[in-house]
Amino acid sequence: MKIGVLVSEGPYTHQASDSAYNFVKAAIEKGHEIYRVFFYHDGVNNATRLTEPPRDDRNIVNRWSELSKQHNLDLVVCIAAAQRRGIMDANEAKRQGKDADNLAEGFRISGLGQLVEAGIQCDRLVTFGD
Amino acid sequence: MLHIVNKSPFDRNSLESCLRLAKKGSAVLLIEDGVYGATKGSSVEVKVQGAMANLKVYALGADLQARGVADRVLDGVTVVDYGGFVDLVADHSNLQSWL
Repeated sequence: MKIGVLVSEGPYTHQASDSAYNFVKAAIEKGHEIYRVFFYHDGVNNATRLTEPPRDDRNIVNRWSELSKQHNLDLVVCIAAAQRRGIMDANEAKRQGKDADNLAEGFRISGLGQLVEAGIQCDRLVTFGD
Repeated sequence: MLHIVNKSPFDRNSLESCLRLAKKGSAVLLIEDGVYGATKGSSVEVKVQGAMANLKVYALGADLQARGVADRVLDGVTVVDYGGFVDLVADHSNLQSWL
């Protein structure tokens, strides 16, 4: 089954990103296709590669990057939400005249249309948020 | 329809709204702080038990354990793991997260 996932809460806030991650892993193990994970609102904060949690804590951002690498996951960050919160890739940083970029590996920045398209293409769309 | 509730019934009224509006035969999955709604001896126990006449209620085992309430689950509530969560999603054509 084709499954899309929406994450609208940042990392280390409540539990949405952890729940979404565990759900995605379990779905892959069961043989389902994760069509896309879309990060919206504060969820875009899951995509900064500058997080450095304590060593005995899980690294939520790296965990998404690794899962993406292993299973070729499409991790999409909403561009408008990302711009508001200072999440940008190299192209966007250049375009906006910023001195740095911070998008983590495995994520890509795109528009809200990607969420709508996932809703159309997928059999299920599961929302995790606050 | 699968309803997913992730907030404690002592924090928000999302569980109450869900139980009131869910159609007969629907499933309700309690995750994160929502699992408190599946425990014995709480002020919402009667409401949840009453709703179970018309609805099937599930709770995520990992979240019950993380909160130390895995041994206080209401009779009639089915405890599932993340694999069970995925199966519930696959088995229901419509999903509603009560955020």
